[in-house]
Amino acid sequence: MTGTAAESTPVPAVRVPRRRGTELALIVVAVLLSVYGYCEVGLARDGAVPPGAAGYGAGLGVLALLAHVAVRLRAPYADPLLLPIAVLLNGLGLVLIYRLDLETPGDRAAPAQLIWSTVGVALFIAVVLLLRDHRLLCRYAYLSVVTALVLMIVPIFFPAVNGARIWIRIGGFSFQPGEFAKILLAVFFAGYLAANRTALAYSGRTVWRLTRMQLPTGRVLGPIVAIWLLSVGVLVLERDLGTSLLFFGLFVILLYVATGRTGWIAVGLLLAAVGAFAVGSLEPHVHSRVQDWLHPFASIDAGRGPGQLAQSLFAFAAGGMLGTGLGLGHSVLIGFAAKSDFILATAGEELGLTGLSAIFLLYALLVERGYRAGLALRDPFGRLLAIGLASIVALQVFVIAGGVMGLIPLTGMAMPFLAQGGSSVVTNWIIVALLIRVSDSARAQPPPVPGDPEDGRR
Amino acid sequence: MTKYIRRAAALCALLLLALLVNATRVQVVDSKAYDSNPANRRKDIARYDRARGDILVGGRAVTGSRDTGEQLRHERTYTNGPLYAPVTGFASQVYGTTFLEHAEDALLAGTDPMLAPLPLWNDLARTRSPGGKVVTTVEPAAQRAAFAGLGGRKGAVAALDPATGKVLALVSSPSYDPERLAGTGSAVTGAWAALNADPDKPMLNRALSRTYPPGSTFKVVTAAAALDAGRITDLDAPTRSPDPYTLPGTSTSLANEVDGCSDASLRHAFQWSCNTVFAKLGVDTGQDALADTAKRFGFDGPGPKVPSPAARSTFDTATDDAQLALSAIGQYDTRATPLQMAMVAAAVAGGGSVKAPHLVDRTTSADDDIVATTHTRTLQQAMNPRTAAQLRELMTDVVEKGTGTNAAIDGVTVGGKTGTAQHGVGNAGTPYAWFIAWARKPADPEPSVAVAVVVEDAAADRSDISGGGTAAPIAKAVMEAVLGA
Repeated sequence: MTGTAAESTPVPAVRVPRRRGTELALIVVAVLLSVYGYCEVGLARDGAVPPGAAGYGAGLGVLALLAHVAVRLRAPYADPLLLPIAVLLNGLGLVLIYRLDLETPGDRAAPAQLIWSTVGVALFIAVVLLLRDHRLLCRYAYLSVVTALVLMIVPIFFPAVNGARIWIRIGGFSFQPGEFAKILLAVFFAGYLAANRTALAYSGRTVWRLTRMQLPTGRVLGPIVAIWLLSVGVLVLERDLGTSLLFFGLFVILLYVATGRTGWIAVGLLLAAVGAFAVGSLEPHVHSRVQDWLHPFASIDAGRGPGQLAQSLFAFAAGGMLGTGLGLGHSVLIGFAAKSDFILATAGEELGLTGLSAIFLLYALLVERGYRAGLALRDPFGRLLAIGLASIVALQVFVIAGGVMGLIPLTGMAMPFLAQGGSSVVTNWIIVALLIRVSDSARAQPPPVPGDPEDGRR
Repeated sequence: MTKYIRRAAALCALLLLALLVNATRVQVVDSKAYDSNPANRRKDIARYDRARGDILVGGRAVTGSRDTGEQLRHERTYTNGPLYAPVTGFASQVYGTTFLEHAEDALLAGTDPMLAPLPLWNDLARTRSPGGKVVTTVEPAAQRAAFAGLGGRKGAVAALDPATGKVLALVSSPSYDPERLAGTGSAVTGAWAALNADPDKPMLNRALSRTYPPGSTFKVVTAAAALDAGRITDLDAPTRSPDPYTLPGTSTSLANEVDGCSDASLRHAFQWSCNTVFAKLGVDTGQDALADTAKRFGFDGPGPKVPSPAARSTFDTATDDAQLALSAIGQYDTRATPLQMAMVAAAVAGGGSVKAPHLVDRTTSADDDIVATTHTRTLQQAMNPRTAAQLRELMTDVVEKGTGTNAAIDGVTVGGKTGTAQHGVGNAGTPYAWFIAWARKPADPEPSVAVAVVVEDAAADRSDISGGGTAAPIAKAVMEAVLGA
């Protein structure tokens, strides 16, 4: 970089390319890919392009274009990859759900998912338009955590659905408040850690003199114990292993990034291990999940036929290298939750290892762009927020993809953007909106001026 | 902070790597094990996804396919199911396949690589060819005549073309409709339970899978062994046989159902089915010679595959002379499938040559391109052609003026042999009435049909004539149907 521009102008010293054209082109590609997938399902099943193809393409295209216009207006420097990846994943998710709907004529989920996607994009646009600076969120850190706690506690008073108390049902309308809580917690963690990281990093006592490992003092240990209790509480009261794992993983990552203290990680992992072991052996719901993971074919040997995880593994295996082709797999054998928790099995069977790897790489790219924004930003809150949001996606993908593929015990979680579930898709759109906002700040900020304190912008 | 962000990013990269490695494990490395897990229904779904190819009799399909739209989509249908059940077997979603449905399963289901337009095409394109067709050798008229002749009585009929080994009729009675077993659900499992519980065993393929003591029809084999061994040179010379005959080494006396067997000639003894003469002849010919001839007719070998596997017919070789005497008249441990006895008749009719019996003339693709053709194959020369000619003479006498007159057809040369086999403790079981025969049109140089008939409840008439009375008319009807076709 060369500092040729006048220092008095508010615009960056060097004109950073905005790359909105790139974003638009990629969005077009994402929409076309999704429409192609939609047509492919129809062609494979009935030998004809499904009648809804044009409407589906137009709907997705309009949503994507509106989001693009919002970004163009209010976040012109945003990372050009974020929105196209979100559009492609959401479009692909709709295709997979539509495809599974064909197997369950009495239970159509794609129309509802399209509505939720619309709501998600609307919220995306709202966030991009209304939230002019991500640092505003820092002020609401404590409000966020209170709201998050309320959202997580409320479902305890509602009846359990399939063993997990994570739903609020009012009339025919149901949603998972835990999904929204993720964002609120990320905001809180980022705000809390940005404010207290010095205290957390440089206090405590050395336990082993020969190592650099330091245990934090009791006073600052309070919050981490609180979060740990929260995670275990979620686990025990709501029987939601996945969310618990996600919260805890998120907190540990952010704590590490904020303080660089491996002592925190050690304490965190120790507590997590103790908690996981205790709950895994005492709580029957969680215990059975662990048993399923260790012995996915136990139910076959017992003569009760394959369980969900076995069916999921069969589906992935049937896909092989190249997959059966969209519409030609039999992942519906998984039965319950084939469109939500197990949606990835359909992708694995019909798109094969090739398609599945592509999907993983899309997520990886999304996470990488989030981390990149985090690296580029100079305000600690923004950095932690970007890392936190990106880590939510990374952890969630790992927990659910690892679960349905037998890598780790299965926990009920939604594959971001792909899985059926309104709360999830809306939440993910908000996450992408926030990433757009921080990446815009990161790329639009002026180059670092030597000697200038941390935050140089404005 | 930057350093720690990079480390956290490295953790995420590690998670991604773990997912990719695990995906490769599940989808590529271990996929074969998952695919072949018996609880994985994908193979079944793929199998029933397309209509199954048809089995043809007389140029018409006797099978069909019904699209149910369910998970295991196409279910088998049968036209005239009970009539052709011993030929087709069943193809069930629940209970698998039997007989031709089983033997030609790959072709009918479309997985036979020969059906692919190009080698390995189906593997590459992940498709499956439309099911091929199996064209059988069965003559519908003969099949119907045999089925009608048995009329629901327990028994079986096998008819062959002596020159080629083509199976012209294969009937088992009582029969069942294999369509009852096609598909899934309680109707199928109920039908399966009912058919298995039925004391008449309708699913038992008596023509192929069941062995019976062949009784006096086995005298054809004994006579062939004696003639081949030179034990008898003149059909009309007295055989110096006592009546009754005391089984060697025992005090058991063997009698006849007819008179005039004492010191009878082979012609007379064959014509009237003298047990004493053939028991002694068996002992005189010797176990080795008899066993050798029986073996060349197809006894004691692996049961023939037509391609449905037939049960093994046995001539017990580890016997003393008394048992040998009984074996020589088709009792004791001698057992034969109706198909095997049809092969005996066909061997006599065909100059001693035993042709491999086959039920499938050719298999074709769905577009009628030939996939495979079954050629005539000679298994053994069971006896000298001269011996065969002598036996034809003896068998013709049986039909013209002996125990088998019920099988005579006007203007046609018919040779046959009756038999009644006793079984059970103290011979208390229902006797089996047998008739094996062949027929030659006057214009033809060689017989064109050989048949074996067995009827299980032979009207309680235990005389040797019952084979002629109960089984011979059925054999006649079958032969007429073949000759008239």
